[in-house]
Amino acid sequence: MPAATLPVLVLLRCVLLEARRGGLPWLALGSIAIGVALAAFVSQVALTESLALQAALIAAVLRACAVFLVAAQVTTSTLREIQDKGLELMLSLPLSRTTQYLGRLAGFMACGVLLALVFAPALLVWAPPAAVALWGVSLALETALVAAAALFFAMTLGQFVPAITATAGLYLLARSIGAIQAIAGGPLADASLPARLAQHAVDAVALLLPRLDTMTRTAWLVYELPAAGAYAAALASALLYILLLAAAGLFDFYRRSV
Amino acid sequence: MPRWVLAFLGASLAAQVAWQALHDAGSAPEAGLPPAPAARALRLASFSEAEAAARLAMVYLQSYRSPDYRRLIAWLESILELDPRSQYPLFAAARVYAETADPARSRIALDFVERQFLRDPKRRWPWLAHAALLAKHRLKDLPLARRYAQALERHAGAGNVPLWASQMEIFILEDMNELEAAKIMIGGLLQSGVLTDPAELRFLKQRLEALESRLAGEKR
Repeated sequence: MPAATLPVLVLLRCVLLEARRGGLPWLALGSIAIGVALAAFVSQVALTESLALQAALIAAVLRACAVFLVAAQVTTSTLREIQDKGLELMLSLPLSRTTQYLGRLAGFMACGVLLALVFAPALLVWAPPAAVALWGVSLALETALVAAAALFFAMTLGQFVPAITATAGLYLLARSIGAIQAIAGGPLADASLPARLAQHAVDAVALLLPRLDTMTRTAWLVYELPAAGAYAAALASALLYILLLAAAGLFDFYRRSV
Repeated sequence: MPRWVLAFLGASLAAQVAWQALHDAGSAPEAGLPPAPAARALRLASFSEAEAAARLAMVYLQSYRSPDYRRLIAWLESILELDPRSQYPLFAAARVYAETADPARSRIALDFVERQFLRDPKRRWPWLAHAALLAKHRLKDLPLARRYAQALERHAGAGNVPLWASQMEIFILEDMNELEAAKIMIGGLLQSGVLTDPAELRFLKQRLEALESRLAGEKR
């Protein structure tokens, strides 16, 4: 085992331990209960497609809960460590900053993966196992991406409200950018210069975002499995963005003075 | 803890429950159905959770007991554009909104079903088949029923729809007393070679024989 691996594993374990002691498993079970209860209630008034409605609602609720729980966990944990001077103590240890940052990131990403592992089986009642497996893998990667974003913003901004707002903003923009582009470039869009500039601006913003609307799609559960190429492209895009966020986080971490 | 804090908590809780009970927050919205949002706006508002948003929007739409049908159809169009594979909007249009006692409203809903059928006939044929039955039996509008039946036969294609649906036009023509046309249709179907199922062929041959005897009876 390389020398740098052990500290990373220790940090990963610390992060998971903190998440367990902070009640994350109970919050995950509560999320499943809320999703199931909401779907059961709404499907009572559905005239048709009640099973599809249940699957779609539970998937949407679980996806949102997973992302919110990971973002909140990463942000609060990181900021508490900064404010308690725990980070300064860690930096005084003979560990490289890369090891420290990546150790934390691995721990937070593991939290997301574990949440996906708990949430996905809950959908087996409404969707075929292959669809649930693909959905679960995609959710694991999506929550890992959110963990990387939340760690980056918490480390960079240093305050809870700005950090969680930036994480939520990035996530929601990445989920909506496809719809925003469609609106900007629609057939009824204004052909004037300002309108075209706005459209190009939207396209430019899209280049800086992951396409989260192509990930963890409810259509996989309700209709059919994704095409292998499209699925692989969505996962690869998320992996690439995780690397980008990790690189940006490391860049900022090395600039930080103790 | 001072007692007044407990009393304050109890009083504020009671006031909250009483306020909500008096204002009947759980009842259906009294104002009419608002104008339909564009499908793209719905997609944006749902953060691309199209399948869940489309079904939730349908449940929301159901809460209006007597909606303005023009607005209702605009909503159904947006929802169907949001999730084109969902059958919910067409089910609601054909089975709920078209079955109203008001013929004018029923026709608006049936027109919607016909328009949407033409966009995806293979998936949406059951709703046009139901529309044809409604036009025939409820609206007593045989030309309209025949138009729907013709669209079914022409666009859904053999093999995609069951016999009763693809040959609905024949029965409507019989009801319109257009026996000669019905006979020609059946003869054409039998000669086309499209039908291969022996039971279907036997059924249509029997139908053709019955029509020929009816026509012979009329000529005498």
